[in-house]
Amino acid sequence: MTAMIDITDAGKTFTMHLQGGIELPVVRGVTFRVNPGECVVLSGPSGAGKSSILKMIFGNYRCDSGRIGIRHPGQVVDLATAEPRQVLNIRRSTIGYVSQFLRAVPRVASIDVVAEPLIVNGMSRTDAQARAGELLHRLNIPERLWQLPPATFSGGEQQRVNIARGFISDLPILLLDEPTASLDAVNRAVVVELVAEKKRQGVAMVAIVHDDEIRHLIADRIVDVTSFAAAA
Amino acid sequence: MNAPAYNFAYLDEQTKRMIRRAILKAIAIPGYQVPFASREMPMPYGWGTGGVQVTAAILGPADVLKVIDQGSDDTTNAISIRKFFAKTAGVATTTATDEATVIQTRHRIPETALRAHQVLVYQVPIPEPLRFLEPRETETRRMHALAEYGLMHVKLYEDIARFGHIATAYAYPVKVNARYVMDPSPTPKFDNPKMDNCPALQLFGAGREKRIYAIPPYTQVVSLDFEDHPFEPYRFNAPCALCGAENSYLDEIVTDDKGGRMFVCSDTDYCEGRQAAGHHGSLSAAPYKEKAQEAANG
Amino acid sequence: MADQNLLENDEPLLVARSLSKSFGRINACRDVSFSLYPGEVLAIVGESGSGKSTLLQMLSGQLAPSAGQVSYRMRDGVTRDLASLGEAERRFLFRTDWGFVHQDPAQGLRMAVSAGANVGERLMAVGWNHYGRIRDTASDWLTRVEIDTARIDDAPRTYSGGMRQRLQIARNLVTEPRLVFMDEPTGGLDVSVQARLLDLLRSLVAELNLAVVIVTHDLAVARLLSHRVMVMKGGRVIETGLTDQVLDDPREPYTQLLVSSILPP
Repeated sequence: MTAMIDITDAGKTFTMHLQGGIELPVVRGVTFRVNPGECVVLSGPSGAGKSSILKMIFGNYRCDSGRIGIRHPGQVVDLATAEPRQVLNIRRSTIGYVSQFLRAVPRVASIDVVAEPLIVNGMSRTDAQARAGELLHRLNIPERLWQLPPATFSGGEQQRVNIARGFISDLPILLLDEPTASLDAVNRAVVVELVAEKKRQGVAMVAIVHDDEIRHLIADRIVDVTSFAAAA
Repeated sequence: MNAPAYNFAYLDEQTKRMIRRAILKAIAIPGYQVPFASREMPMPYGWGTGGVQVTAAILGPADVLKVIDQGSDDTTNAISIRKFFAKTAGVATTTATDEATVIQTRHRIPETALRAHQVLVYQVPIPEPLRFLEPRETETRRMHALAEYGLMHVKLYEDIARFGHIATAYAYPVKVNARYVMDPSPTPKFDNPKMDNCPALQLFGAGREKRIYAIPPYTQVVSLDFEDHPFEPYRFNAPCALCGAENSYLDEIVTDDKGGRMFVCSDTDYCEGRQAAGHHGSLSAAPYKEKAQEAANG
Repeated sequence: MADQNLLENDEPLLVARSLSKSFGRINACRDVSFSLYPGEVLAIVGESGSGKSTLLQMLSGQLAPSAGQVSYRMRDGVTRDLASLGEAERRFLFRTDWGFVHQDPAQGLRMAVSAGANVGERLMAVGWNHYGRIRDTASDWLTRVEIDTARIDDAPRTYSGGMRQRLQIARNLVTEPRLVFMDEPTGGLDVSVQARLLDLLRSLVAELNLAVVIVTHDLAVARLLSHRVMVMKGGRVIETGLTDQVLDDPREPYTQLLVSSILPP
């Protein structure tokens, strides 16, 4: 089976020019693969570089070395060296990212925030909103809130809108950064269900989860990032 | 009369040559505004200094001059310009459109159809049709050069948006020879169709703005409009009270302070000609109004 | 359909090659090169005097470069050097396939002319000659930029700043341009008004698949609207990349300074 994500010897260092140019090595020698239908959970203490690895796979952080192979329709693209346009393309049709915090435009209704990834990929607004509604419903966001912008919501509600937005599209790779962090037990269970569904659809996932119970429920494999920690 | 104190037609020969060159260029590029070195004239701006200079430059001793102001031969402005040329050029003057070779006009085109070899000289206050929407001269010149005339329709659009129809009643913009958009000077739009394919040469002079432009004989002149709001010449829906004319341009004259009014031809020569030929309107025997009313009552 | 799109998108719309501009001994802009593709939003960020406005003027054909070249793929598919276009062609391009949104709406609008005519002008300029259709289209665009159509006959001088800016956008977009230049479009607006405008711009850009070159000193605007960022300093492009890359992982000292200067939300 061909891996969806194939990372070889990737490394990242921050150079802090405003602090006299000190170098902050984040990770090095990152090497692992993720197959379709598999959920890999990154583990390790805070500051070990879990989030940074996730951001490198999304192309948000630029790699200094190594290779991040992503299976993008018909070919494997090295995200570490891809052109910005290609990275955007990959994000549109291959990699989804559920961040810790929702970053949305202030005035957009929640239902549209959730539906947007589908509309961008060409689905009609009504169809996209129908699917968004289903997801919001499953995540227990009451319908009366759908037309409101999420900026007015509580932290937990915002996070659920964020999850709905992340899970709505049919992308073959999904990156999850603490998806259950501020959720109650009921909604955590919904997320576990959603992850299971994605696996059945053959989606490759990389997740960061602090909750041991959730990690146990969703992880097919655990990659300990301590071994990638760059010695300072 | 000590005519020799003036050069023929007041202006010196150098100036006339300069103006003639501008006129020739204007005729060569129909509708294009040619800049010229406008002179100070012995009359204030706004009283026809541009038209007078054009007339002075083209007048010959054999010409017969007619001057009208809003169609009338007998207003102050018309009389003084006529006298001015009678004195400085010694040319014959007339009030009859038919007899004139050069007609200087302010705000009207005579009702009597113009003939070949006649010249109509318009007095123009503001020659630039785009001016009220685009204040920069550099920009309006460029727009003419590139035939960018969308702005002209903006003005017509505004009219319709505000009044429900194209309310511009005078100085109604035209396109000359399918190229330049031109301001026909503040003539009523009723006169616009007369400019099209006219056998006479039409010259326009703007003294303060220092521009001359022209429509050569038999040139296409089209009034701008919209498909769904076509150009319509406007006139009061009444016959002339004096000559009964049904298709001449009318002036509204207020006759008392109780809302009384009458409509009469603005072209006095035309109206008098019709009356002389026996045409009558409802008030044609004005001095004998009482009698006419008696007759009507009896 | 998708393939067609891909093909179309595969060729850049606007290409800048080694653009430089000097004013006497001052090099306002040095050796700038990039390609812009259909539907792509490029933000040029930097502080006053960094050369971003000079660059925008060269890109939009309003200023001749001292060296280098800008080429544009016209609607007929032929890529032309801007310098080779005649003035008539350039101006035609400017009011059909391009838009330019000024920071000050008064520069981009006719303040004394009604909103409807402001939007309709570009249509009339390309020969639309049916009042009813022009008005319907203008009214449609006012709705799209969230201006009450009851205000269609009011002149923009009676509008608020935010409305004026939205009207300017409608006026630019009515001919369905493929490329829009924006010079600090949200500058000078209240924060709440800015947010609404950004939101509107974002959805219009996505809906119409517009390519945009936006000059801004506001990194939040760049983050919200743009796919890619070019950071300029002293007339040079010092860093370029995907917007979130540059803003979340800035490499150059100056970019790090810019990013660290943003107040936390």
